[in-house]
Amino acid sequence: MKKFRFNRSQLCIPYAIFLIFFVIAPLIVIVYYAFTNGQGQFTFNNLTGFFANPNILGTLLYSFTLAIVTTLVCLIIAYPTAYILARSNFKKKYVLLLLFILPMWINFTLRITALKEILSVLEGNISEYPFLNSVIGMTFDFLPFMILPLYTSLLKLDKNLLEAASDLGANKFTVFLRVTLPLSVPGIISGITMVLLPSMTNYVVLDMLYNSTYIMGSLIGSYFSAYDWNNGSMISLILLIIIFIVTLVTNRFSDKDANNRGAVL
Amino acid sequence: MKKLKRTAAFTAAASLICAPFAFAGCANKDDTVVLRVCSWEEYIDLGDWDNEERIDIENPFADNSEDGIFGENSMVDDFTEWFNDNHDYNIRVEYSTFGTNEDLYNRLSLGDVYDLVCPSDYMIMKLLSENACVEYSDGFWNLDNEENYYANYVSRYIDGDDDSVYNQPEYDWHKKAACYMWGTTGLVYNPESVEDEADVSTWKMLLNSNYKRQVTIKDNVRDAYFAALGIVYNDLLTDSEITSDMRASLMNDVSADAISAAEDVLKQIKENVYSFETDSGKADMVTGKVVANFQWSGDAVYIMDEAEGDGTELWYSVPDECANLWFDGWVMLKKGIGNDPKKQEAAEAFVNFLSRPDNAVRNMYYIGYTSAISGNSECSTVFDYMEWNYGVEDDISEEDVYEYDLSYFFGEETYLSADISLFGFDGDKINRGRQLFAQYPPENVIERSVVMLDFGDKLADLNQMWINVRCFDVSDISPVTIGVTAGVIVLAAAAICLYSFRYKIFITGKPKKGYRKV
Repeated sequence: MKKFRFNRSQLCIPYAIFLIFFVIAPLIVIVYYAFTNGQGQFTFNNLTGFFANPNILGTLLYSFTLAIVTTLVCLIIAYPTAYILARSNFKKKYVLLLLFILPMWINFTLRITALKEILSVLEGNISEYPFLNSVIGMTFDFLPFMILPLYTSLLKLDKNLLEAASDLGANKFTVFLRVTLPLSVPGIISGITMVLLPSMTNYVVLDMLYNSTYIMGSLIGSYFSAYDWNNGSMISLILLIIIFIVTLVTNRFSDKDANNRGAVL
Repeated sequence: MKKLKRTAAFTAAASLICAPFAFAGCANKDDTVVLRVCSWEEYIDLGDWDNEERIDIENPFADNSEDGIFGENSMVDDFTEWFNDNHDYNIRVEYSTFGTNEDLYNRLSLGDVYDLVCPSDYMIMKLLSENACVEYSDGFWNLDNEENYYANYVSRYIDGDDDSVYNQPEYDWHKKAACYMWGTTGLVYNPESVEDEADVSTWKMLLNSNYKRQVTIKDNVRDAYFAALGIVYNDLLTDSEITSDMRASLMNDVSADAISAAEDVLKQIKENVYSFETDSGKADMVTGKVVANFQWSGDAVYIMDEAEGDGTELWYSVPDECANLWFDGWVMLKKGIGNDPKKQEAAEAFVNFLSRPDNAVRNMYYIGYTSAISGNSECSTVFDYMEWNYGVEDDISEEDVYEYDLSYFFGEETYLSADISLFGFDGDKINRGRQLFAQYPPENVIERSVVMLDFGDKLADLNQMWINVRCFDVSDISPVTIGVTAGVIVLAAAAICLYSFRYKIFITGKPKKGYRKV
């Protein structure tokens, strides 16, 4: 009898099982439902219906706008923060970093509930500003996901490059624009991916902050609650494809410099 | 007025309660029957009351009738113990919960198997039309068996009599379902923030611009559609000539015209209300963020109690147009029960145990909703509880006492002496009030109430309407916004192009003399 030998590839078995049951199998089910009708017959109607339905396209537009605005706000807040954190010689900077990560340890519905009260104090009747509140809520939720990859990529930046640029006559602004910024692009990309994609579907934030307009996540849910698995699955599938394309495009930027791989969380 | 018990903490505990291990000794027997029950969240007494919460009324079902009514253990545990003591086989109850009727239906269609479920009226109709239910046995309706608590003690207004709701030909739920809780829908409001009480006696409150962004509505298509139809057909519904048949057909109108009219109304409502809420309405009402709130009667009772604890007095109004009368009932499912007589016996015993008047009181006290159980001429436990809850104190002067007519529910000539300040009169009718009114609406409210039927094959149309209301409408964007956005995008794209091709565009020709191209 051959002796059982443990090799490295067997370490993948747990993940392979996970992959089959929780990623591939559900995906097959989604594809099946997306291309069948209520009677289980093959059809393309769900696909054509998606592009013929102004509501779905409107929701797609609204989700994208919300997600892009959220991402931009996150980026504008996160980049200076991460830059200062990474470049400062401040001894307690890990404590500061901790302060940014700390909210992630609190359950996010709790955080949003707290945010609701804060916004009520600031704005009065918060239902007057649904879009603004959604952006604030999402930013509140996803900001750490933007700060962390930026911080890592800026921390790994080789200081010699900056010194060399200064030696060759670049002023501080040029150093930032021509050296720091290009080298932190992988961190930016990774941050954008981690904020843009979930904020397109995170409808719990909208529900909790009284934004009555649907985004993609709530739209899918509304089809499912009317027992319409087919149209709901088709929207999920198309959303998946859109996300896949966005990831492909962004990966073209982030993989240029293999040394900075560590920046991708 | 005494307070209802309902703590926020039991939500987690409600998710799954299995029969305790106290019976593990007997449970090892091979013939243990497992009863799978699925009901609404927060819809049954979980026990563990404080001692001072004991309801001090005569309890003919306790060992000592002076003990009053007290929830020491959870209802499910008490049932298991009661059943196993009285039968030659043992049962174990697997109790699980659902959040919405659609959630339950989806679970059933995805293959979850339950023996006994407690959906709302329209979902019962859907299940019945799919022939998914087992009828209650004749033994269940044998009035001579005193352990048939449901048959003996259910209000004749709801079930049993020829003219009771469950025997109406359009529902025909008698013997197919056993009513558990029932109620109306209406508006909970804060009288101090509402200028005129007439504002809240119509569904148009949801469109009233005086209360812009200060009213909430439920985030589900059925409740929203009902309120919208109330607004669409306002003139017809408030006409004094209207018959109950006409009212029922108007409020169950799912024609294309009605749906598109309701869609327009709901779009306006969306711009005017504070939010479409699923669960936040209760808290927002208590904290005063909103002045009025679309609610189910049982939750209204809960909100009024909570606010009372904070020193705010809230009222509940049933709009003049129409109220949605709803009944949640227990149905046995064919897939679960099968042909197992023991299981059916256990399921029927479960319904009977919940229908025992003292247990009905426990559940009412715990969840705030109104039980279908009224007792009968021999047993007045439920009415005693109402008197204990809302009856007047002895020192109140006589002109402050109102004799509240509950004959339709409790039977012959039943009046509850209650404080007159619990009711709002409009002409000679009552159409708003406090907890007592919400729990037991008066007959004039019942008369203008309608049971909302299942949408049937129109469900897809209704859902499309709901999506139209909720989705971002592309045609809403002004041309200016489109122009500006397009302009910004074009400019940005141009800038990026110019920047990346700057060497090709701006630096042309040969390098200057003296320089070498690298």
